[in-house]
Amino acid sequence: MSSRDNILKEVLKNQPADRALPVIDIPVTTTHEEWVEALKTRLEILHVAVREVADYAALKHLLQQEAIPQDRTVTTIAELSDVSTLIEAVKEDAHSLEDVDLAIIPAHFGVAENGAMWVTESLIQYRVLPFITQQLAIVVNRKDIVYNMHQAYQRIAGTTQYDFGVFIAGPSKTADIEQSLVLGAHGPKGMTLYLLG
Amino acid sequence: MHSKVTNHADAAIQFNLDEPRVDWHDKTLWFIREKRDLASHAIPEWEQLREYASQIKNNVLSNLSQYLQEFEKNAIANGVIVHWAADAAEHNQIVHEILKKHKVDRMVKSKSMLTEECGLNEHLEHNGIEVIDTDLGERIVQLAKEPPSHIVLPCIHWKKEEIGELFHEHLGTDKGASDPKYLTAAAREHLRETFLTRRVALTGVNFAVAETGEFVVSTNEGNADMGAHLADVHIACMGIEKIIPKQEHLSVFLRLLARSATGQPITTYSSHFKKPQPHQEMHLVLVDNGRSVHLGKDDFRNSLKCIRCAACMNTCPVYRRSGGHSYHNAVAGPIGSILTPNFDMRANKDLPFASTLCGSCSNVCPVKIDIHDQLYKWRQVLMKEGLGPTAKNASMKMMGWVLSKPALYDLSGKAARLVLKYSPFVVSNKMNPWYKQREMPAPPKESFKEWYKKNRSN
Repeated sequence: MSSRDNILKEVLKNQPADRALPVIDIPVTTTHEEWVEALKTRLEILHVAVREVADYAALKHLLQQEAIPQDRTVTTIAELSDVSTLIEAVKEDAHSLEDVDLAIIPAHFGVAENGAMWVTESLIQYRVLPFITQQLAIVVNRKDIVYNMHQAYQRIAGTTQYDFGVFIAGPSKTADIEQSLVLGAHGPKGMTLYLLG
Repeated sequence: MHSKVTNHADAAIQFNLDEPRVDWHDKTLWFIREKRDLASHAIPEWEQLREYASQIKNNVLSNLSQYLQEFEKNAIANGVIVHWAADAAEHNQIVHEILKKHKVDRMVKSKSMLTEECGLNEHLEHNGIEVIDTDLGERIVQLAKEPPSHIVLPCIHWKKEEIGELFHEHLGTDKGASDPKYLTAAAREHLRETFLTRRVALTGVNFAVAETGEFVVSTNEGNADMGAHLADVHIACMGIEKIIPKQEHLSVFLRLLARSATGQPITTYSSHFKKPQPHQEMHLVLVDNGRSVHLGKDDFRNSLKCIRCAACMNTCPVYRRSGGHSYHNAVAGPIGSILTPNFDMRANKDLPFASTLCGSCSNVCPVKIDIHDQLYKWRQVLMKEGLGPTAKNASMKMMGWVLSKPALYDLSGKAARLVLKYSPFVVSNKMNPWYKQREMPAPPKESFKEWYKKNRSN
């Protein structure tokens, strides 16, 4: 018998009588505007700079002022193609991204309780992009902020499929040396969130 | 990678020789426990979440065979190559075969306690394959040729000056430099080069979802993603108990995990791997290694609910003052002390005694494992098997004999009171472990029995 069949046989023999799954019901009573405020407070703790912009024109203006002078800037947002190099599809080996200084990517939505932004492969083309870049900028619509992770997964279940997805909550970090927080462990050293609308 | 220590009490004595260092270790871990408290108290529904998590895990254990098959079916449909390993040896062999097939002799690995449990690094190194651990804490202990001492904070027992010295030797940092920012930047440069040149990456798995066939890996550093996305081959290894039924259950576990572990509301990255990239091979190894047998033990199966947050270690007064290595296993602390006897009762017979049974571990556990009750139950099993600590065996036998003879009991009580009164040094010496860091109590003038006889007429 294969290890698979042996393991499954042994597990079946030893698993106890069925215990029911709970129905998860965590009601949210606060308003959307309160979620946005909660998100901004959370991001500040996570060392994420927050910029509120009315539309893409305002975003472009701000990017040109603040971020564009970087050496190599890429984006996966079509509206930003005239201020940054647009990546529309995977054309090269992902290793070619090793010298990207700033990547500007969209997120499907953000979660107020923990500052996490939900990003899937179709939004970033290269899975490694938000990790390999030195600085990360995420653009999310103000209306696409939810409060907690239960709402987040309801939203994920209701939207399109993904091959790879990731919640990103700030720049890469470590506290492995004597519990001292250091930003930029392996991934981005800093992150900015652009709240659109 | 298991340390050579075999007895918790002996190792704890060694650890306690350096008292200021023990105090430092104790305070560092308590600081993390306090951060956990702040994070959990900020969530009004915290206790409800713990209850949900516990119920979901109970459901998983009671339907594990079905969920494993559902997960396998969905993962295969997603294009993942699924392997099954009965034990550590088969797990190591499967990983080695994948490396051989791709003619690769170097690999990056992000944190996986399972591979520590299986001794994968040693096995591969023995076969001429270089493994580089990419979690900063794991890289530090790897350079020092030590196992991690904590499952979330692998080098919590290291001081920055020592890490500076280690990096000076291995990475060429400035002599005497100990600034965490400087040292982390040096490790970043060293490991970035490694990520860019390795074709195989191995990661652990935090949760695997039966419903979708995806698996989730949580890190703060981004090391799992840097490795996995840049490699031609991604190997993920997990114990069979890491399955959860539905995607929506991730909400409960991701809310609990990081808050319990470090007091963060979520780790920086929670990566959901469903399908391999077009040019990539994705392997998933499901490992039993004693878990299916463990599942059959009514008193002990609950420990399979563990999500490896380490809250029980950070809060444990024994762990904080004895250090992770004294538990001589990949998973230390209270949870390690109830998991490891299931795999090897004799080799880990000391661990259920490495506790005060204060119950703090059970109070902080996000999936409500009855940790201190299981510690107590393991002691009963071990005493019955004749595997209790030698001194305890002898003293228990002596006590049983004295308690069965009332006259002898009275006499021994009197004798003890006299000894404490007139020759306290007989018990207040280093031979008596109770006397270490404690004074013996003042002896009462009479026993309760004598007092009762005198006073009952009143």
